Amino acid sequence: MLIETITSVRILQLVSWVVFFPLIGLLINLVIGRKLGERLSGGIASLASGLAFVTAFLLLVSLNSNPEAPHVYRLAEWINIGSLVVNWDFRVDTLSVTMMLVVSGVGTLIHVYAIGYMHADVRLNKDPERYTRFFIYMNLFIMMMMILVSAESYLMTFIGWEGVGLCSYLLIGFWFEKGKDGVGNAIAAKKAFITNRVGDFGFLVAMFMIFLQFGSLDFTRVFAAGTPTGELGKWVVIGISLFLLLAVTGKSAQLPLFVWLPDAMAGPTPVSALIHAATMVTAGVYLVARSAPIFAMSAFGPDAVAWVGTITALFAATIAIGQYDIKKVLAYSTISQLGFMVAAVGMGAYVAGMFHLITHAFFKALLFLSAGSVIQGVEYGHHHAQHVDHHVEFDPQDMRNLGGLSRRMKVTFWVYLVGALALAGVAPLAGFFSKDEIVTFALGKHPVMFGMLLLAAFFTAFYMTRQVWMVFFGNARTEAAEGAKENPPVMTVPLIVLAVLSIVGGALNLPHVETLQHWLERTIHGVHPAEFSFVVAGVSLAVAFGGILSGWFFYGRKHWELGQVDPLKKLLGPVFTVFERKWWVDEIYNVFVLQPYKDASAILAEPIDQKLIDGTANGLGKLTGLVSRGLGLLQTGFVRTYALMIFIGVAAILGYLITR
Amino acid sequence: MNTIPMSYFLVLSAIMFSLGAIGVITRRNPLVIFMSLELMFNAANLTFVAFSNAFGNANGQIFVFFVMVVAAAEVAVGLALIVAIFRARGSIDIDLMSSMKN
Amino acid sequence: MLQLTPQLIIFFSVAALAIASALGMLFSRNTVYAALLLVLNFTTVALIYFMIGAPFIGLAQITIYAGAIMVLFLFVIMLLGTEVIAKHGPVGFQHIAAAFIGLVVIAEAIFVFLIKGQSALSIIPGGNVVDVMEIGDLLYNQYLLPFEITSFILLVAVIGAILLTKQERVKSRIGKDEAKK
Repeated sequence: MLIETITSVRILQLVSWVVFFPLIGLLINLVIGRKLGERLSGGIASLASGLAFVTAFLLLVSLNSNPEAPHVYRLAEWINIGSLVVNWDFRVDTLSVTMMLVVSGVGTLIHVYAIGYMHADVRLNKDPERYTRFFIYMNLFIMMMMILVSAESYLMTFIGWEGVGLCSYLLIGFWFEKGKDGVGNAIAAKKAFITNRVGDFGFLVAMFMIFLQFGSLDFTRVFAAGTPTGELGKWVVIGISLFLLLAVTGKSAQLPLFVWLPDAMAGPTPVSALIHAATMVTAGVYLVARSAPIFAMSAFGPDAVAWVGTITALFAATIAIGQYDIKKVLAYSTISQLGFMVAAVGMGAYVAGMFHLITHAFFKALLFLSAGSVIQGVEYGHHHAQHVDHHVEFDPQDMRNLGGLSRRMKVTFWVYLVGALALAGVAPLAGFFSKDEIVTFALGKHPVMFGMLLLAAFFTAFYMTRQVWMVFFGNARTEAAEGAKENPPVMTVPLIVLAVLSIVGGALNLPHVETLQHWLERTIHGVHPAEFSFVVAGVSLAVAFGGILSGWFFYGRKHWELGQVDPLKKLLGPVFTVFERKWWVDEIYNVFVLQPYKDASAILAEPIDQKLIDGTANGLGKLTGLVSRGLGLLQTGFVRTYALMIFIGVAAILGYLITR
Repeated sequence: MNTIPMSYFLVLSAIMFSLGAIGVITRRNPLVIFMSLELMFNAANLTFVAFSNAFGNANGQIFVFFVMVVAAAEVAVGLALIVAIFRARGSIDIDLMSSMKN
Repeated sequence: MLQLTPQLIIFFSVAALAIASALGMLFSRNTVYAALLLVLNFTTVALIYFMIGAPFIGLAQITIYAGAIMVLFLFVIMLLGTEVIAKHGPVGFQHIAAAFIGLVVIAEAIFVFLIKGQSALSIIPGGNVVDVMEIGDLLYNQYLLPFEITSFILLVAVIGAILLTKQERVKSRIGKDEAKK
């Protein structure tokens, strides 16, 4: 009976609840959240996210027994102007349900973790009032992400796309009055928002072109349209794919728009884990996978996507080597891994890309949350330290200040190790399978791409080893690290769950079993799995171990001392400085984009706006004032003057009538 | 038969009307203003009677009769108002009654 | 051209008297003189009415206007003691502008009626006499309703005038009533 119920196709109509549950949660917290207290407020937010997960799981079960895809459910009509018809339609297919499960599943774990993390964080930042606000934003994010992945039209996807961008902005700037000079976080939030705007511009233009070419924004109708004939149509489709690529580079932090993501680490750590590692930044990958039929029509659009992804993967990995901030390393690692995914979907390996998206969501969320755990543990140690001058700025995120935490934070250490190994691609952890699938695909596509991705994988293993050694091994280099303390179970339990997922996540798409492959094939047609090759797997594994070994060679043999120069810097010299200074990308953007823009704004603001436009406006005002003052003389306030005016009018009208 | 052209009456009426209007506009004594108003009524009445004669129709004179009655009523009320204002303010200079500005 | 018949001579002299008395009223500083000059004006106009066959209206003019209304005026003038008002008003340009516009209107009238083209209509002095019987016939038959309404207007005007002038005492009585309470 129960089985019959949950496998029936009617269950699929519940799809709108993946949006409504977070909405209800955020409304409750918005209205009465402050009166509920921290536990209840965070609990409601987590429950809302969890219910969305349950709904998504029900959809999964039902969809499994009702394979005739896709299912589209209409919530309401929205826009109906001429030939433009857009409705609030939800699309239930294997791709969207997969994304829903990832978002709500990882999201729920992070919500639970945040109950504990934010409890300490709001006290550290001395504003406990903001606790509820955090969960309101988080639920809003889940809601927007759900709209993004469950949408049936590009416009609705765009709503979610903008919504998650907004949440990202709000949460990066959560402590907006903190940061460098008291505006650092606000500037980081602004940077993320504006950089994303460039990508959103691409999305918008792509939407216009899609409507122009296909006459609709609905996925079903666009994908059913078929390859356009004629020279013009061909170029329009190429344009669509390239503008979508621009959107992807914005949201998924690819070259050249990746600069916002490292700065986005200004947000609280659960935000970094949820939005800037596991879910939002993968929206670009999802968009490409969703638009697979369009990319299939496009001549060189997919290749462009693949190359952007590959170059980003290698580029960001090199930067990650030279960073000292524990979260910055993870941020560049995220960019690099997103590069892998984008490369995969660009190569046409949609399943491999989605597979890496899922496993990456597990282990990168794990790594970020563990990093948050480390930061808070060390922060605790800092506050209980005896001989520390508390007025001196202490950065608990700087890895040079840490060390030796493996003894003091055991749970965090072990889960961090799992996450790092998964990221490095060590078999049989989750990262190995997904990365291997991408690399295998790349070999069939282009040898240079294959080489670059392998190199990126090598760097990945290297910088993760470097990080693990700097944070957890050796001696505690500061008193804060000395006094670090393990966090309560509300934070560690989600970490353990994620660690387990990071270990077994690879089972989703084991070679020759290919559960995910068959599942997603129902939505994305014509994707053939890369033939599993023991040679490639061996090479990939060897690269991972090579990275780990060389990491140990530089950082593991000798304990890092406080104030010491990075051992790699001695070897590489200026090259390392290039990594450390992030290839000066921010500086280059400053000189070539921001400064000219600011200069142009200054010209527009001072001479043009202040003098010309304001001058005109004020001049008109002054002129009116003068004229009215002159006319005001006629208003003497004496009735007989008004009578005179009437008399003048009579004379004038008479004169007109006479001479007519 | 010796006749007088209609135009002469009309011009005479126009002159009296204009003089009345000038009086209304320039004088500050409300009593004189009322008198000037009466002058203007008178000018209008003259036209009525002249046309009545020219068309050989008595209706014009009836109208004059009505105008006179209304003028009498108006003067009664107007003078009462002037008296009331004089009592309230001690003066009937209409420029002193201008409270429409400032 | 224009032939000076006795009728015309009488008309012109009466008209000149009417204009002169109107001007005199306009310019006299003393309100009493103004009122008396206005009486003169009304009388001359009444003469014109007699001339052009409207004896009833002419008599009404003398009795109502010259007799009743102007007496009322004189009465109020003397009651208030405001025969003369300070010479200079606050708006100087008013006089010049008013005079100019008045002249313009007169010029327009002369232009229309005398220069542009004379009306073919003409007045027969002493002709088309409308006697009192005819007026009474019209008033009590055709114009009965307006006639009755004018009586109401007069009634309302009388009540209004009484109310306006008696206001002070009514007020003070109300004040006393309230004080008693």
